[in-house]
Amino acid sequence: MNHADLADHFNKDEPRVDWHDKTLWYIREKRDKAAWQTPDWELLRSTASQIKNNVLSNLHPYLLQFEKKAQQNGVTVHWASTPEEHNQIVYSIIQKHGVANIVKSKSMLTEECHLNAYLSNRGIDVVDTDLGERIVQLAGEPPSHIVLPCIHWRKEEIGELFHKHLGTPKGNADPQFLTAAAREHLRQRFMTSKVAITGVNFGVAETGEIVVCTNEGNADLGVQLADVHIACMGIEKIIPQRKHLGVFLRLLARSATGQPITTYSSHFRKPRDGQDMHIVLVDNGRSERLASDDFRNALKCIRCGACFNTCPVYRRSGGHSYHTAVAGPIGSILAPGLDMKQHADLPFASTLCGSCTNVCPVKIDIHDQLFKWRQVIVQKGYTSTSKKVGMKLMTFVLSNPSVYKIAGATARWFRKYFPVVVNNRFNLWYKQREMPLAPKGSFSDWYKQNRKA
Amino acid sequence: MSSREKILATVQANQPNDSPLPELHFSVGEDNHVDRFKTVLSGIGGNVVEVADRNQIHEFIKLNFSESKRIVNTIPDLAAVSGIHAFENDPHRLEDVDLAILQGHFGVAENGAIWITEDRMGDRALPFITQHLALVIDKKEIVPNLHEAYFRLDTSAHQFGTFIAGPSKTADIEQSLVLGAHGPKSLLVFLIGQ
Repeated sequence: MNHADLADHFNKDEPRVDWHDKTLWYIREKRDKAAWQTPDWELLRSTASQIKNNVLSNLHPYLLQFEKKAQQNGVTVHWASTPEEHNQIVYSIIQKHGVANIVKSKSMLTEECHLNAYLSNRGIDVVDTDLGERIVQLAGEPPSHIVLPCIHWRKEEIGELFHKHLGTPKGNADPQFLTAAAREHLRQRFMTSKVAITGVNFGVAETGEIVVCTNEGNADLGVQLADVHIACMGIEKIIPQRKHLGVFLRLLARSATGQPITTYSSHFRKPRDGQDMHIVLVDNGRSERLASDDFRNALKCIRCGACFNTCPVYRRSGGHSYHTAVAGPIGSILAPGLDMKQHADLPFASTLCGSCTNVCPVKIDIHDQLFKWRQVIVQKGYTSTSKKVGMKLMTFVLSNPSVYKIAGATARWFRKYFPVVVNNRFNLWYKQREMPLAPKGSFSDWYKQNRKA
Repeated sequence: MSSREKILATVQANQPNDSPLPELHFSVGEDNHVDRFKTVLSGIGGNVVEVADRNQIHEFIKLNFSESKRIVNTIPDLAAVSGIHAFENDPHRLEDVDLAILQGHFGVAENGAIWITEDRMGDRALPFITQHLALVIDKKEIVPNLHEAYFRLDTSAHQFGTFIAGPSKTADIEQSLVLGAHGPKSLLVFLIGQ
């Protein structure tokens, strides 16, 4: 199933699409308000972008410095080239401690690596502790948004889900009540889990510390009650110095949800007394992408989700239509780098309106990259046959003026006398649209006449 | 070749030419930082209480938390509230704490956050496991923005430190804001000074 088919599926429930669209736009508006209230907002964005450029151009020394500092802090540092290797490392740490139940706070990297499935196949019970992630986990789904994992769920459905899994009263869909029920259910897990996995928002090369941001406090509660802390991060999450956190933390939550900062921004430098702390650095194609002038910039992403909330396609097609761990515009430029064939449809899931680029806090040229990916994908032959034939035909017509004239006249004649040639279900532009009436003549006829007069 | 060597070699081969780090120069604003701190913190669900001295904190807690079964205090000046707690490096024993009272280092006006480090927490788990959290800071210790905050943290040797901005919260169910997701259900901030 490609993006268009999956979007079709999501679009069957029109009221839900309208609600999804509106809810995400509301978050985009909150982001705007927060941005406008922050002095130097544009200066912050360009500064953040420059810092990230510096990181990408010095990633080798920064990674070495980060590793050395982290080791000095008493942290074990691991390196993984592939998702499989990352999963093996995490599993071996869990195994070493002889644990079967673990808690995990939000980490898009572990989604990218499909860690949950890997661990559960080996008898490890992983509980996602972010409320939104727990909801989709109970439902057996992946998150549909990197910041708001269950943004596609209605509260009545969550009430039903909790009734089934947590034994809450049937029919109760009050968010306050359901959150309290989840709090109680997850407290038990926090109190009994000896291993906690977290993601990483920023890794500071200068100090070897990692910063994890949450609103719920689930990362902190998990880590502080566990004997083992495993932090999983992509190698691009490094920033040079602690003072650069000031720039990124000012941008992150404002861009994500319009909050001035997340409730908790925790700086883990050394493990607590007696705790075993690990950092797993994951590559999975990032080091290769670093070579590409066209696509390198996508590695600057800080995973705020602003491009999702503003995207007219994402808002109306839902996160699952992107069939990848990171959906939305940023996901559509990241995924083809990992597997171009499987994700050849994603760069086309955009209107190229450029709104994603306008809101990106680190100024990634998202819509330009979407356009560039389309060119690469067509060149490599990964587009569908109908698109290929159509494009070839178009090239032929547009590059031959006489053919173009005849084609125009023919099309106008057919549109006038046999509209069904265009107005049929095989024409995707006809879906949910009326086609315009065909003009009487071509522009060049009109021009000739009016020049004469 | 190990994965570490492979990754580092590929990164070294592929990283582009050096792009210099930018200077960090940002405006501080002419706001009254204390007022701004109070407004922003209230806006994100924190309760701000201004007090002249520590005695007033004592009185406030006696009055408002008389029903609390377990109060844990780590501030020597407030020993009269509940004594100084002895920690045993077993965070699980803190499960039934109703209120924790901790001394923060400083507040940040632009986002209502308070910086606190491990040495002020008693146990790293305490600020997160307690049902309600009270942080104490001096009015003089409010910086305008995060850049100033990190300027202060430049040489900080903290092992674990966190910015806390308001109570634990979630809006994962239909964007309805609920306070008390996993951590404290409320945050009380005592601002000391004139």
